[in-house]
Amino acid sequence: MCGIVGLLLKSNELRESLGQLVTPMLDCMGTRGPDSAGLAVFHQLADPEQIRFGLFSSRADFDWQSFHDRFVRDTQCDGSIRFTKKHAAQISSIDVDAFKQWLSSSHPDVDLISTGRAIEMYKDEGTPREIATRYNFPELAGTHAVGHTRMATESAVSPAHAHPYTAGQDFCLVHNGSLSNPYSIRRRLESHGIEFETDNDTEAGCRFLEWRMREGDTLEQAIETSITELDGFFTFLMATADRMVLVRDAFACKPAVVAETDSYIAVASEFRALAHLPDIKQADVFEPAPEQIYSWTL
Amino acid sequence: MDSVTQLDLSKLNVRQVNQILHHELPDSGTQRVEILNPNGLHSIAAGLDREITVDLLGHAGYFIGGMNKLATVTIHGNVGWSVAENIMSGTVRVKGHASESAGASGHGGLVVIEGDASSRCGISMKGCDIVVGGSVGHFSAFMAQSGTLVVCGDAGPNIGDSLYEATIYVRGKIHSLGADAQEEDMQAEDFEQVDHLLAAAEIDCDSKNFRRVASARSLYHWNADAHQEY
Repeated sequence: MCGIVGLLLKSNELRESLGQLVTPMLDCMGTRGPDSAGLAVFHQLADPEQIRFGLFSSRADFDWQSFHDRFVRDTQCDGSIRFTKKHAAQISSIDVDAFKQWLSSSHPDVDLISTGRAIEMYKDEGTPREIATRYNFPELAGTHAVGHTRMATESAVSPAHAHPYTAGQDFCLVHNGSLSNPYSIRRRLESHGIEFETDNDTEAGCRFLEWRMREGDTLEQAIETSITELDGFFTFLMATADRMVLVRDAFACKPAVVAETDSYIAVASEFRALAHLPDIKQADVFEPAPEQIYSWTL
Repeated sequence: MDSVTQLDLSKLNVRQVNQILHHELPDSGTQRVEILNPNGLHSIAAGLDREITVDLLGHAGYFIGGMNKLATVTIHGNVGWSVAENIMSGTVRVKGHASESAGASGHGGLVVIEGDASSRCGISMKGCDIVVGGSVGHFSAFMAQSGTLVVCGDAGPNIGDSLYEATIYVRGKIHSLGADAQEEDMQAEDFEQVDHLLAAAEIDCDSKNFRRVASARSLYHWNADAHQEY
């Protein structure tokens, strides 16, 4: 099954409450996906030179402060770190490739799960409610967020197999459905030097889209290509630094509902995840059509 | 004036509400029930089996009014999947839009979607009538066996795929016909049937522009020489 949620806030005054609005959406979709969950929150760093590196350790007692101290000592780069249990965000102006190199040599057991100026990522095993409490989701602020509740059908249950998936910078994807040709997509991408972290079908979709964009496609063009190249069922919800984008495959058997007001765009697998949102009774509520790309910009 | 019982889903759960609808209303007299705060919840007013009137005040979730018998259920908002699934008799009316599989496998009664219905509307219907004020999505009336689907707007891809003896009337554009579905000339009794259902559904629409889609019946018997091409 799986559940997806997304919320893009058009009005500034709601942005401090992003976590409070999106946490009940994720919790509500826990019945569709109780084994793991994730949330990507977007908010721009003030300093345009800085990058936020999203990190994950399998140990809840991981010493992130020592991690940061060693980062500063080894690289002589400035920066700061924010952390909660297994997750941390190392913020620094270091070059992305230099950071990846330092991480793999100094902390091969720590995963880099997101990179960008805006994206902040959380994903873990457990019910969405447990994960939201573990990482204080209600306190998160930002412009937009996409989340996922997973009921695994095709690969293992682990934090790495939880959505959202990221590729490149400030791009993530959540997926309800299943792809039937992820291995052929993967072999194709590997021949271009693209590396995979898991055997999950959604990772193949995510890396395919990001590869197309690096080759010069717009996100819309990349999605058009993916509709032809990806075989299977999908409702894809994507986010970039300033957009939220939704598309469903031709058969559209994985549900989605959109609610739009002057203040926000909300997307969920089912309406009940949106019922608590402000002014929902006045919202334009509709089901997105198959193979149509819906894009909302901040 | 009839008394109205109000049931609030912000205070009761769906099972409690359905328990009251099934067992705890008085046995005699016309009854009207309003259900407050449906908030996208599933299976509200499913399995009703007597002449009561139920109004859901807001958007509701999946399987609303499923297996309905005799009751009149109105949803004052949108619904999710499979509204009026397996309806036997009575009326289920959606004032807004319906998601997938509205009226799926319905045996009798009337389903009215005043807005748009999504894909697979009337899939495997077995005798119910469905009137859609707006458009229907892909694969509507798939394998429909009996009954009538009236679409005042457009029909999406593959309407009437693998159709049996149900009849479809479409007023707007037909994106494409499904396998073994064909357009047929409208006869006097077709116009009569459309007029009758539009009146029953209380949808203001002229029958004169409707077209009839029915089964070509070429799938009824296996043809080994067809090489799977129909």
